[in-house]
Amino acid sequence: MSEQVTSTRQQYTPPPPELGPGQTSHTSITDKITSIVLTPHTPIQWFIVVFIGLSLVGLLQVSIAYLLYEGIGIWGLNVPIGWGFAIIHFVWWIGIGHAGTLISAILLLFRQKWRTSINRSAEAMTIFAVMCAGMFPLIHTGRPWLAAYWLFPYPNSMGVWPQFRSPLIWDVFAVSTYFTVSLVFWFLGMVPDLASFRDRAQNRVAKVVYGILAMGWRGSAVHWERYEMTSLMLAGLATPLVLSVHSVISLDFAVSILPGWHTTIFPPYFVAGAIYAGFAMVLILVIPLRKLYGLQDFITLRHLENMGKVMLTAGLIVAYGYFMEQFIAWYSANEYEVYMMQNRMFGPYGSFYWALVLCNIIIPQLLWSKRVRRNTVWLMIISIVISVGMWLERFVIVVTSLHADFMPSSWDMFYPTFWDWATYAGTIGFFLLAFFLFVRGMPLIAAHEVRTLLPFGKKGK
Amino acid sequence: MNETESDTYGLMAEFETPEDLLEAAKRTYGKGYRTLDAFSPLPIHGLAAAIGFHGTNLPILTFILALVGAIVGYGMQYWIHVIDFPLNIGGRPLHSGPMFIPVTFEMTILFAAVGTVVAMMIRNGLPMPYHPVFNVAKFERASQDGFFLCIESADPLFDVEGTTSFLQDLNPVEVSTVEW
Amino acid sequence: MTASNLTASNEAEPNEAEPNEVGQTISRKQLNLDDLRGRLARPGGPAYWRSLDELAGTEEFEAMLHREFPEQASEWSDGVSRRNFLKLMGASLAFGGLSNCTIQPEEKIVPWVRAPENLIPGKPLYYATAMTLGGVGTGVLVESHMGRPTKIEGNPEHPSSLGGTDAITQASILDLYDPDRATAVKNAGRIATWGGFLQNLDQELTLQRSQKGKGLRILTETVGSPTLGQQLSFLLEEFPEARWHQYEPAARDNVRTGAALAFGEPVNTYFDVAKADVILSLDADIFNSGAGSVRYARDYAARRRLRNGESELNRLYVVETSPSSTGSIADHRLALDSAAIEAFALALAGKLGVKLENSPEQPSYDDRAGWIDALAADLRNAGAASLVVVGDQQAPILHALGHAINQSLGNIGTTVHYTDPLEVDPVDESRSMHELVASMLADEVEVLIIVGGNPVFDAPGDLDFTEAMEHVGFRAQLSFYENETSERCHWHVPQSHYLEAWSDIRAYDSTASIVQPLIQPLYNSKSAHELIGAMIGQAGLPIRDILREYWQQETFADDFDEFWVRALHDGLLADMAFDRRRVRLRSPIKISREFGRPRGDDKFELAMRPDPLIWDGRFVNNGWLQETPKPITKLTWDNAALMSPTTAERMGVDNEQVIDLTLPGRSALAPVWIVPGQADGVITVQLGYGRRVTGRVGTGAGFDAGPLRTSAQMWGARDLKVIKTYDRHPLACTQDHHSMEDRHLVRHADLDHYRHHPDFAQHETHESPASLTLYNTNEFSSTTGNAWGMAIDLNACIGCNACAVACQAENNIPIVGKEEVLNGREMAWIRVDRYYTDLDDPEIFHQPMPCQQCENAPCELVCPVGATTHSEEGLNDMAYNRCVGTRYCSNNCPYKVRRFNFFQYADRDTPSLKLQRNPDVTVRSRGVMEKCTYCTQRINAVRITAKKRGTPILDGEIKTACEQACPTEAIVFGNILDAESRVTDWKASSRNYGILTDLNTRPRTTYLARVRNPNPAIDKG
Repeated sequence: MSEQVTSTRQQYTPPPPELGPGQTSHTSITDKITSIVLTPHTPIQWFIVVFIGLSLVGLLQVSIAYLLYEGIGIWGLNVPIGWGFAIIHFVWWIGIGHAGTLISAILLLFRQKWRTSINRSAEAMTIFAVMCAGMFPLIHTGRPWLAAYWLFPYPNSMGVWPQFRSPLIWDVFAVSTYFTVSLVFWFLGMVPDLASFRDRAQNRVAKVVYGILAMGWRGSAVHWERYEMTSLMLAGLATPLVLSVHSVISLDFAVSILPGWHTTIFPPYFVAGAIYAGFAMVLILVIPLRKLYGLQDFITLRHLENMGKVMLTAGLIVAYGYFMEQFIAWYSANEYEVYMMQNRMFGPYGSFYWALVLCNIIIPQLLWSKRVRRNTVWLMIISIVISVGMWLERFVIVVTSLHADFMPSSWDMFYPTFWDWATYAGTIGFFLLAFFLFVRGMPLIAAHEVRTLLPFGKKGK
Repeated sequence: MNETESDTYGLMAEFETPEDLLEAAKRTYGKGYRTLDAFSPLPIHGLAAAIGFHGTNLPILTFILALVGAIVGYGMQYWIHVIDFPLNIGGRPLHSGPMFIPVTFEMTILFAAVGTVVAMMIRNGLPMPYHPVFNVAKFERASQDGFFLCIESADPLFDVEGTTSFLQDLNPVEVSTVEW
Repeated sequence: MTASNLTASNEAEPNEAEPNEVGQTISRKQLNLDDLRGRLARPGGPAYWRSLDELAGTEEFEAMLHREFPEQASEWSDGVSRRNFLKLMGASLAFGGLSNCTIQPEEKIVPWVRAPENLIPGKPLYYATAMTLGGVGTGVLVESHMGRPTKIEGNPEHPSSLGGTDAITQASILDLYDPDRATAVKNAGRIATWGGFLQNLDQELTLQRSQKGKGLRILTETVGSPTLGQQLSFLLEEFPEARWHQYEPAARDNVRTGAALAFGEPVNTYFDVAKADVILSLDADIFNSGAGSVRYARDYAARRRLRNGESELNRLYVVETSPSSTGSIADHRLALDSAAIEAFALALAGKLGVKLENSPEQPSYDDRAGWIDALAADLRNAGAASLVVVGDQQAPILHALGHAINQSLGNIGTTVHYTDPLEVDPVDESRSMHELVASMLADEVEVLIIVGGNPVFDAPGDLDFTEAMEHVGFRAQLSFYENETSERCHWHVPQSHYLEAWSDIRAYDSTASIVQPLIQPLYNSKSAHELIGAMIGQAGLPIRDILREYWQQETFADDFDEFWVRALHDGLLADMAFDRRRVRLRSPIKISREFGRPRGDDKFELAMRPDPLIWDGRFVNNGWLQETPKPITKLTWDNAALMSPTTAERMGVDNEQVIDLTLPGRSALAPVWIVPGQADGVITVQLGYGRRVTGRVGTGAGFDAGPLRTSAQMWGARDLKVIKTYDRHPLACTQDHHSMEDRHLVRHADLDHYRHHPDFAQHETHESPASLTLYNTNEFSSTTGNAWGMAIDLNACIGCNACAVACQAENNIPIVGKEEVLNGREMAWIRVDRYYTDLDDPEIFHQPMPCQQCENAPCELVCPVGATTHSEEGLNDMAYNRCVGTRYCSNNCPYKVRRFNFFQYADRDTPSLKLQRNPDVTVRSRGVMEKCTYCTQRINAVRITAKKRGTPILDGEIKTACEQACPTEAIVFGNILDAESRVTDWKASSRNYGILTDLNTRPRTTYLARVRNPNPAIDKG
């Protein structure tokens, strides 16, 4: 892909810093990446995480079963607060997902070579995050067994169709498209690496399985040509897609007339928020992984630092978003907006708002310092803080806007129940489980792309 | 491919580096061989061109698919809300153009993306579980660190001795015949 | 129901002569349970077991038996399993009645003409009858689907209603189908038969006959039925020594005694509010409680319309202890404790020159608010068109004073009228009860027949009725539910609902009505007539014949049959009302020393009131009333100790904190609820809650204020002490925020301002003109010539919630229970919002909120499946079976009038409840959104008739349930395209405005701003 252009230009130059000193040849790269999967030995930490994941998934199954049996009432919802944790976490997960596509698509278009070693895991994160997100809109409906298919336009005996003016339908299309495209993009990227797995696997079963997945890829020059072109096309399509998805999500709120939701700043500020949360999550996953599997040569400090920079930028955009909300509320002189803003800051949920400001605006400013950006511990802490902050942001937007809107007589409070939390914890478990299964069974790093980072004339062995 | 003409699929030479392969490919093509293919664990710029493959028309296809997606997307909504089942929804016009945009856009992307990938697979003839080149023992390096050039017996200039010696001249690591 | 079921039920009718019931029935001496068990165990035991098994099927029956044990109560704490429990319980209980659910009585009853003469399947019939409460009747029309009464409306031809109803009347239909009501005659807690009871009763009566009935006592509630009165008098002739006592907790003793004080006899007083220009209410909630309230409210509202250019209003002054519906719509409202109210009345009387026998050290009223002079002047100017009303719970002397003032103002004959007492025997009921208990304790009573009521629970706290009962040998009770009293009776006989049995009753103005049943008793229940009749040898005689006999003597109509048919048809007996009485004050009212004596500073005042919805506790098991917010406090499922913010501050207590109300020797624990506008130092509590034994709905709700009453002080005490506790009791209030936050929801002005700016209401917010749009506004214009709209007159609304209950009955709206109300999930399609202006001397505003049917409905736009769309006639339709339950529409509804089924709220299993449902309205399932539809089923019904008639729908032909129920006609619905319609007229009014129209929702429901008519001579606050 675009790398060849550059790599031919810079033949015989010393290894670019995308790779650590440890990685000198195609062989070593292949060995390192395949060894993570094609080995009987599994680190104990892996088992611990998978165990946690499994138990949380159990909790998730129980919560969903109980929900289907009893109804939405087991959650803390009411009138006026018709949306609660389900929507908060839908937005939260979708946001996290965005980093993956961003890295693999946008950075590809911008020819950021440093992305090659992290894009695969980031894309995997996208897939699983979107899966978690997708669960919520379905189970949060009163009659999920119908929502599952009435939302799609198919000819039916009732002759009725979805209502395409509703942002929720836009969601359905945006999220399902996003998931499909991400999945294809992700799998496509893995095919050449799966071929390596096929060719290295000792164990017969593994050979067959990877053989099937690799679809008979043999690295023919012509194939590479079309393959590269397709990736480029996908990147070009995924870039506007990823921007549209979170914009559409933000329209769920912006299209409504609620003070605190009815805001034109939402689309850009939601996208920025998504990138913000997404990169935080990538770091949260990648920092332990590179330690666990000794990937320091692939995921170098430079990678981490770049991600830190991206977070800082996104964070500043988000901060601007918060400020604009405040400013417009004041500037519009709309009594409902003004009241909403005051209520948001000093009302019953005020503490959430200030916690949000602390997590999303103040603490991340540490990233201005290079020392912090190059310190994995600090990055880890800041990433976690940001993830919490982004959760708070969604909570503040959803709950404080709903609980006190136009009709004082109907104002009420939202108190999440045990099942609200259980469902949330459950999806986190699902995410961990899925991701670590991927780590154990699939190429964690795009080997064929990393190979292109080697100087062109490099010997194979 | 017809058996009587030859009992091998072709000859394969392995090279040490991407550039060796690229060089070899150019010379082979220069020699007049046409039915040949090169294999590498990473995309090598210019290699396909070197063996006479000039560009792909995938982008045009993508564009067409995108157009189709857009038309289908908008058309569906227009037909549903204006023609098939017009309803008064909150006093908004039946043909609420702006509100049809998001779905139209998503359909555009969906058609283009999925279509392009499918097209690529078809053109590449994937999935292809069996291929003669896999019969070469060392070919498994092709997905890791080996660089191969294969001249097929189908090529008019192909004859085992001549082609073998020609390949030997390209100082490969090794030349081997590819069984059917 | 199928024929086979019918036969089964007939079989169920116990055969009186069946030998094996002799001796099995348990008289007081020997009570052989083992024997009974033996009989039950034996195959082919008494008939009712066999038939019940047939009807119920053994599993359900077993289930019922298991379920019946009280420890199941523990399940109720958990909302979820509780619902299942209720369903199962209800299912098994209701089987008994199912068999004859749709049979009309054998006797001919006459349908109301506006409906087709003979029953057409799917077409409801309407019957006129009357509902009795506290011995006073209200005329109603009952809608009957295929023989099932489903809905109660006011009877437009009956003076006590004129078509309006109150919440209680609306809800009374639910009692009929209550799966918890008493279903079988019980002897010592075991199912027995009516026949068995009569046999046992006879033994007792023969004993009594021998001694002239010396040991026989009858205890009834206030008896307003002339025929029952006659039956009782026969009884007393037969047993000369026997005594008949009357008691009910919310009796109007003070009213009667007051009248007696003034005129020497307990004449009945009623008012002609329509004629009154100036009204003074002394702690009387005349518009929302007690006899005639519905009519009074209507007459009052009729004077507040400000129609076409009219700029005169009547004026209402209210002096009260605790804010009431009446107080909330007053032009001047003053919160005083009862002592101050008495002093106030004295001062006023003095000012008006009423002759009094005044004791010198009478406390003088400190007129801080500067009312007396202005008020006196105002009343005097109004002359005979003024009116002074005294609350039922006020001291007799105050009533007498009221009569005196009215007389001195010359109101008698214009705004105040007197007739003979409505009660057959107007006794002082607390004294009557006192006497009964005394004679019981003195072992003079051998046979006690309790007809209705629940004295064990609600007898005054100083009388130990429970203890006294132990002194009585034979105790039998007839009552609707098995209650605390039934527990202690040898025999309990289920009482028929008023829609199940014949009777007669007089209304507030003594208009007499026949209570005609619409349905044969669902269970083997009896009416008071049947019970008393059985004691005087009328057993088996059809009550209808007894009624006919009685009225035949009364009337002079030459053709009685015609008279009778007309009476049943119209719902009232022509010219059977009493003649008005000319009464004069005998002598100046004698004012006692205690009158107006303020309480000690360290003491609080306790004020007892009947609950606005539960009344004296008889409706405690009515889920609709339990879940309807109280007019002012907006509390549901509980009563509370109401106090003013200042008092709470002084006491250092907070909402929901439990306090101990202590009177010498008696006390009760009650949760605090702070009510702006309450008189300082007064703690108001409502009766009827804290029931130990009743149905599943009522048991355990609220606290029992009964112990705080004594037969001397039935309605309050001035020596209350309060002890704080630190327990809390959650109270389910449906409105947590009480300020309007300057949002121009309720728009109001004084009459003076209105005269200068009639359109003040239309300039409070900026509203973009309808023309200002990019859309083609004709795209959806109505092709049927109909466009539905509604207007609500805030000048008339008294916040009584009749509309809410009517809506619940009409639209099969489920109740959700206290836990769910606490979760903010109540289901009311129309709610009445209540706002205060400030904490201490607030103005109180009511605003009914049905769906606003916005033309640019925000809810429709966001529904992903198009489950809510707009009909071309302007209805915001809701397709329940299309809804997937995203709740987005509710989020986006600025008026928050949409309701969501978070659980399966509607009870789909209890058969008896199925009978009540309106067959024209879907019963919603779990997970769907629901909302007000302007009663679309009624619209469609009329549309069909109009089509058949071939003419357009007439104005007023369609009445929404809320509109029809409203006692004050505050709601009007109709076609806004029809220039002649009332709704068009109302919307043309300068007071007309829509709320939140700055959001460009274009609501079809609009409001008429409220205009007060304060007296310039009184500067408020």
